[in-house]
Amino acid sequence: MPAYLDYAASTPMRPEAIEAMAPYLRERFANSSGAHAAARQAGQAVDEARDVVAAALGCRPGDVIFTGTGTEADNHAILGAVRHHGGVAVCSAVEHHAVLHPVEHVGGRVVGVDPTGQVDLDALVTALSDDVTAVSVMLANNEVGTIQPFAEVAAVVRAHAPRAVLHTDAVQAFAWLDVASDAAAADCISVSAHKFGGPKGVGALVVRGDVTLEPLILGGGQERDRRSGTHNVAGIVAMAAAMQATVSERADVVARVTRQRDRLVEGLQAALAGVHETVPRSKKVAGSAHVCIEGVESEALLFLLDRAGVCASAASACASGAMEPSHVLVAMSVPKEQAAGALRLSLGFATTDADVDEALDVIPAAVRQLRR
Amino acid sequence: MTRGSVLVAMSGGVDSSVAAALLVEQGWDVVGVTMRLWGGESDTGCCSVADVEDARRVAQQLGIDHVVFNFTDDFHARVVDPYVADHAAGRTPNPCVECNRHLKFDRLLGRAERLGIDAVATGHHARVVEVGGGFRVGRGADRAKDQSYVVHVLGQDALARVLFPVGDRTKADVRAMAAALGLRTATKPDSQDVCFITSGGGREAFLGSRIPFTPAAVVDTAGRTVGRVDAVELVTVGQRRGITGGGGERRYVVAVDPVAAVVTVGSAADLLSGDVRVRDLGWAGPPVRGPVLVQCSAHGPARPATLDGETVRWAQPQRRVAPGQSVVIYDAGDELVLGGGIAS
Repeated sequence: MPAYLDYAASTPMRPEAIEAMAPYLRERFANSSGAHAAARQAGQAVDEARDVVAAALGCRPGDVIFTGTGTEADNHAILGAVRHHGGVAVCSAVEHHAVLHPVEHVGGRVVGVDPTGQVDLDALVTALSDDVTAVSVMLANNEVGTIQPFAEVAAVVRAHAPRAVLHTDAVQAFAWLDVASDAAAADCISVSAHKFGGPKGVGALVVRGDVTLEPLILGGGQERDRRSGTHNVAGIVAMAAAMQATVSERADVVARVTRQRDRLVEGLQAALAGVHETVPRSKKVAGSAHVCIEGVESEALLFLLDRAGVCASAASACASGAMEPSHVLVAMSVPKEQAAGALRLSLGFATTDADVDEALDVIPAAVRQLRR
Repeated sequence: MTRGSVLVAMSGGVDSSVAAALLVEQGWDVVGVTMRLWGGESDTGCCSVADVEDARRVAQQLGIDHVVFNFTDDFHARVVDPYVADHAAGRTPNPCVECNRHLKFDRLLGRAERLGIDAVATGHHARVVEVGGGFRVGRGADRAKDQSYVVHVLGQDALARVLFPVGDRTKADVRAMAAALGLRTATKPDSQDVCFITSGGGREAFLGSRIPFTPAAVVDTAGRTVGRVDAVELVTVGQRRGITGGGGERRYVVAVDPVAAVVTVGSAADLLSGDVRVRDLGWAGPPVRGPVLVQCSAHGPARPATLDGETVRWAQPQRRVAPGQSVVIYDAGDELVLGGGIAS
């Protein structure tokens, strides 16, 4: 069994989620929009899942739009706001490409961050104006784990861009933070099931009642005409089950993973010189261990870790699968030489102490080999 | 018990696919790697997503791991930027040679060494031949597809760790083996030309977006102006097409002077020269003085010559070699690379 330390990329499914979805892959296969008993059964499952998701995200059930992915949810919020309201989109420079690329696509503005990855609020003020109709700032970063001061961001946005739809990408945050509370000031919230024990191919976008977005996908009028396409009933049911489990176990998981993460980072620093923690732990989510290791290239290190059975990552990969220089580290002004040795280890609800032991065994040996 | 571990550079083409298959067959512990070299537009090279996908799918079929290494920084610094600078200086570089020198057989070889991998293999049609305590690059068995010219730069350290698994096969054999294995690359066309130059825009569009073009006078060998060209940077010694100043006799570019912005044209006889000066001349073994064969383009013939210091003296006058082209020296039997450099 490899030591899986890539939870920020995807998590294993929670047993509750697998169990919850199984009937909808078998006998309860009907289309939730149909006009018969089997369809009503599927429709009820979607409705009940919607209640669970709404409770977990702090919105009304009618505010939840089920999507195919977190990326779709992000695209829907940005493009939907700009296409409906006109105007300009704004986001932080450390957003996931699912936000950054739509913002750039519509000619939006990108706001810088400080060396810890938190958005520069003065720069945000400068970027805002009456013509700004969409602002997107993530709750927690996917690469380095930085938590944004979202309440402050919201106050700035309301004061300086009163027309703006305020969106937050909570894809990486949900496993660790009480999104219902931390994103209470947001108009729109994106989540993705496979980041917290649900299946791939399902996400949700919260769009609070008084906000109107242009739909991205037209068709049969599902999700109150806001997102057409047959419901992924099994996926939606599983996402709700994973959410429920995540919320109920969150405090325990955060406490345990924090200890594991600290042991991992401190263990690496004890075993090796030149291991720099990219963001102070006080500013990041529990599952994130991002370090820059002097004297190694990420690509080479990941190769050795892979061969030794440790699943980790560095920055995001491009379409060809090649590692790309991280736009997040560039935005944080991490020197190029330091960013070259970036290593993202991300832990999650099923991480074991043995995984950490394995990583502490394998990583220092690999680094020493590359430094020879 | 394996023969050792090898990193095989897989471009997504048929030669490197079969190279990987042969290594698996021979009992090596094989990892396929596709180098991402060029981030820009490309239609033939080894960096398109479709080509990486071909490499990955072949690796899956062979049951070997496949990874992508991003060497775009080095490729820009060591291949693309010098290519542009050479053209700006009126030279005609050979970027494939520089890519082999700096990327495949330096960066990749170094990476393999640090990863604890014994060897690096490519799909080049060339051979590594052991000769009395050392190695030489040898011509590929398929003379029509021979690529020893573009891999002539390999030194002894590299040759000790490099494998060319398809070098002793014909291209037809390679394709037949790919077809027999059901590899998706079996009928893929051979790559052409420089990977970062698109067929649509060509060299002109590529260079035009990176350097200013200098209009130049076209003069004959007596110094009379016979025409003009828009971009001296695109003119190559030996070129015949696209040069103004028609008339009965064919005219060839015999000299390019980008500083003075002058292109000199002359007859086929004017193009001939008795020698070619070589810079950065390197030898695979001890320097050779006697009669040799010298090849000055990827698929041109090797002609008899002798070496006089850094000057190749042709046995018979030959067409002038465009400065920047690789000059590769073969033994008199036309089998082994003895050395090489760059025409100056």
